[in-house]
Amino acid sequence: MADPNAVTATVRSAGRLARLGAWIDERFPMTSLWKEHVSEYYAPKNFNFWYYFGSIALFVLALQIVTGIFLTMSYKPSATEAFGSVEYIMRDVEWGWLIRYMHSTGASAFFIVVYLHMFRALLYGSHRKPRELLWIFGVLIYLALMAEAFFGYLLPWGNMSYWGAQVIVSLFGTFPLIGDSLIEWIRGDYFISDITLNRFFALHVVALPLVLIFLVVAHILALHEVGSNNPDGIEIKKTKGPDGHPLDGIPFHPYYTVKDLFGLSVFLVLFAAVIFFAPEMGGLFLEPPNFEPANALLTPPHIAPVWYFTPYYAILRAVPAFLNTQVWGVLALFAAVLLLFFVPWLDKSAVKSIRYRGPIYKAALMIFAANFIMLGYCGLKPAVAPFTTMSVIGTIIYFAFFLAMPWYTRLDRTKPEPSRVTS
Amino acid sequence: MSDAIDKGRRQLLTAATTLTGIAGVAFAAIPFLASWKPSARAKAEGAPVEIDISKIEPGAMIKIQWRGKPVLVVRRTEEMIKSLGGHDNQLRDPGSASSKQPDYAKNQTRAIKPEFLVLVGVCTHLGCLPQNRSAGAHPDVGLKGDWPGGFFCPCHGSKFDLAGRVFAGVPAPINLEVPPYSYADENHIVIGLDPAKEA
Repeated sequence: MADPNAVTATVRSAGRLARLGAWIDERFPMTSLWKEHVSEYYAPKNFNFWYYFGSIALFVLALQIVTGIFLTMSYKPSATEAFGSVEYIMRDVEWGWLIRYMHSTGASAFFIVVYLHMFRALLYGSHRKPRELLWIFGVLIYLALMAEAFFGYLLPWGNMSYWGAQVIVSLFGTFPLIGDSLIEWIRGDYFISDITLNRFFALHVVALPLVLIFLVVAHILALHEVGSNNPDGIEIKKTKGPDGHPLDGIPFHPYYTVKDLFGLSVFLVLFAAVIFFAPEMGGLFLEPPNFEPANALLTPPHIAPVWYFTPYYAILRAVPAFLNTQVWGVLALFAAVLLLFFVPWLDKSAVKSIRYRGPIYKAALMIFAANFIMLGYCGLKPAVAPFTTMSVIGTIIYFAFFLAMPWYTRLDRTKPEPSRVTS
Repeated sequence: MSDAIDKGRRQLLTAATTLTGIAGVAFAAIPFLASWKPSARAKAEGAPVEIDISKIEPGAMIKIQWRGKPVLVVRRTEEMIKSLGGHDNQLRDPGSASSKQPDYAKNQTRAIKPEFLVLVGVCTHLGCLPQNRSAGAHPDVGLKGDWPGGFFCPCHGSKFDLAGRVFAGVPAPINLEVPPYSYADENHIVIGLDPAKEA
């Protein structure tokens, strides 16, 4: 038998909580925000495996911010102390190794998740009208993430940090006329020095995280404005029930919060396995020369950026220098990334999802994905045969995928889209 | 006074205020952008460096640091100097027309005195450090027996001769840079300081 006094107390405290909620709602749109973005955000009911990566990316961002804050408590952004302070974190700070490995593995995990998330968009046409701006915010997030990763990689002040930064910063020196003063301005010195390290630290821990958070909020607001796409690539908002909600939509909470929590737990198992058993990932996530301090007079025998940049590095190296300048490779590198912005308008297909596209797009997308991985592999390898030839072929395929898209997507024999989502 | 809104006047004032605001933001941005330029301390630490060249053996090379960059000084033998004329047809820029060097080093040996070669030891491709490789075959990096001696960049395989001139068919677009330098006296070179103008 329940104690009548206890029941009364529960009712009274529930009433008190409701009153507090009402008090807040009069001053801040707490309940309406929760409803709009979570409990009454209607997402298509046919999400599949590919739809885990958005929420996982959000989780990894939070993880990077939290681990990053704790790392700054022990890290010293100075050329004489940086390398030592990272070793100090690894050896002397309680659990410092775990926080540092979470952060360094998190960087690679972020790119894996974001690449899968972007591939999902290309699979199901999530970049197409009306989601062009959502896609553009996504590409901006990707750009900010690349800058964030690049600045962060200098901070341990290992020899690969140093020479990687040297190579990437000298890319800006290839621009005619302004090149030399531009790199001097970026470095704040005549070489990559303490001054450069200090400013990269400021950009990595303050400026770019703010930009990233702003862009992620914009990305989610744009998503909730237009509504999520789905594996059928059709608009669920076209078929609404009498209650005004899409017939094929289900509230994000509890349905997708629970699904995403399951996906997150699988991700965390894999993530933890890497942290505990292979945090360096055989030199892919943390490169061997980075276990030696930066040395301005000793280049590592082979400079390669971290794996997530290597497809673009291969493109950079594939374009030869001519007219006495190598600015062409640098322009190709920038063009390769900037082309992503135009995908919503390059894609002229009558349908969005790969399910209803014809064989040409299916083949093109698979070749593109395989080619991207091949370019990444070439970028890790020294610039010798056969990798030089492979990089040239890979670069041509990369650009052809985007530049020929208006033609092959229109030529493709598409199937009719259903009016309702399929299971 | 009339209650009617003078739209033209409002538009003009809005435009004028916006433009003034933009100008103000542009001026306010200057200190922040300029703060990224090399500081007074960085400039002071980038001051010229004097080195003693009398102790370099003929044919040997020393490496010093100036502005954080390695500067290579090679004491070339007669034989090395003679070898420079033998492969102009294999070079991308034999006359150093589009390469970086002070005017007083824009000549056949790319030096003030042919005996002493002074180079910035940073590859003109992407800033790696080329290695000094003597004449003859170096199978580890694919240099054959006709290699005249010079510099080989381990990153992307650029090749330079004993005057820092780049060979054709490698990624580096121009010859290795010659920094400004001058002779303080017979045995001392000052890196980073142009020779005093002759009166």
